This record gives sequence, structure tokens and C-alpha cells, in this order.
Amino acid sequence: MSYVRYIDKTRAYYLKEGYDKPYDWAHFDDVPFAPLTKPLSECRATIVSTSDIAIREDESADHTQEMFVGNAYVIPSDTPVERLYSQQEHFDKHATHLDDVDSFFPITRLREAAAAGRIGSIAKRLHGVHTSYSKRHTLEIDGPLVLERCREDGVDVAILTPI
Amino acid sequence: MSLVARYLEANGIPTVMIANGRDIVEHCGVARLLFVDFPLGNPCGEPSALDQQREIFEMALTLLETASEPRTTVEAPYKWSKGDEWKSLIFSEEQRFLDEEATEHWLEAKARYKERKAEGQV
Repeated sequence: MSYVRYIDKTRAYYLKEGYDKPYDWAHFDDVPFAPLTKPLSECRATIVSTSDIAIREDESADHTQEMFVGNAYVIPSDTPVERLYSQQEHFDKHATHLDDVDSFFPITRLREAAAAGRIGSIAKRLHGVHTSYSKRHTLEIDGPLVLERCREDGVDVAILTPI
Repeated sequence: MSLVARYLEANGIPTVMIANGRDIVEHCGVARLLFVDFPLGNPCGEPSALDQQREIFEMALTLLETASEPRTTVEAPYKWSKGDEWKSLIFSEEQRFLDEEATEHWLEAKARYKERKAEGQV
């Protein structure tokens, strides 16, 4: 069976739900491309995810407030995977679950790649971005925040995992 | 997510996206996409399927190394272990995407976003 056309499916679905204005999915004619300029084994990598990834019992962050509506935030890359979780609800909960963090936020796979020398190192911060209610917010606030933090951390490549 | 990928690429940081929603990502346009044909939620492999997750992650790294132009999509060669039924059920009348509680959470978060924006906090 061919892959799901979510743009068509959601348009029809939300019309039936009573929303008369279809969601305007982002679209661009041109696509920027940054070539890899050195071997991956010398690259520092990070993860950026829209999975609402959060840290259990993290007293420094008010996740009840920040989780769904704040700006881009960071997860220290040395956080034990057992302390990470997601309460994201916008996934196919009829077909699967988010109990295995590595199925959407591949932090253990990243550690394995670093241990094997496949990548050079892991950046000290990984990134969470909320699926924003505003494309402008994503482009003018979240994008620049993630870029600034990546540059501070000396990031060479980023692995992005939407949910 | 695609918008962040594009922003990083435009500023010199190579990216690879591992995603389940192929049409959404390709409609926006990103540099490198590893498409994994699984239900929304598990782009990096099925839960607890460690070998598969490792292979998918390695495919993403290889894509970072080998793509020579934007809009390079590679499809991971895996089928969802419980079959393809989820594809016809997702966003269908018989199976609502969000239940009432999740819809309520979504509306609350949307309202909170508006409040925080008005306060200049986001």
C-alpha cells in the first residue's frame, strides 16, 4: 500500500469536522542545502525534535507551562534516557505508542554512533521545538534560537525527528 | 519541523530529517529526508525494535554523507509489523484522530499560546 497523503486526508477530515478553512501547509519552491564539509566521524551532532520530549522530575523547568506552548527549549544530552518521556498527543495512538523514547528521539542511537566513532561527538544540548500555532513563530523565534544554541555548541550536523 | 530544517540549512548546518509524514515534508521542501512508512509517532523505528532502529539511524547518517542536492528523499525498506490497516484508518470517520480529552488539551494549549503571546512571553 502506498504511503498516506496526510495533506489530502486531513483536509477532508477537518472539513467534515466543521472547520471550513483548510490548514495551509508550508510550501516553498526553493530548498536550501548545506553540504557536509567534513567526515561524519569528525562531526558533532545534535537532535532537534517536535515530540514534546521532556525530563521527568525536572524541577528547573515548568513543563506544564512550557510543554506545549513555549519557545524552543533544550534537553542536556547526558540526560539518562529513562528520565525522558513525551506526553505528545498528536500521533497515531490507535496504531502505536510513545513508550520507547528512542522510537522518536534517538538519543541512545546517537550515543551508540558516538561510541563507535561513526560520528565525532554529541553536542551538549539536544533541542525541542513545539509544533507551533504560527509558522512565523517557528521561523522568527524557534529557528534562530536553535541555530544560536547549535553554533554555541559547535554543532556540525542536526538530526531532525518530527512526530 | 521542516521549517527549522530549512532554517538550519540556510545558515550552513546540514540536516537530515527522519519522518513518517512524507507528503507534508516534501510539500514544504527539505534538504534530506529519510522516509519511514510507519504510523505518526515512530519515525526512528518500531518501539523496542533495536536492530531496526539502528539500521534506520545508520541510513539517516549515510544520507547526510551521500546527498548531493536538496529534496533528496530515501525510503527505509521496512513495513509496519502489524500490517497496513492503520493507513486506511488514520483520519477516518470511524477512527477520530484526537479523542475528546486530547481535543480539549489542544484547544487549551492554543488558548494558552495566545495568552502568552499577548503577554510577550513567546
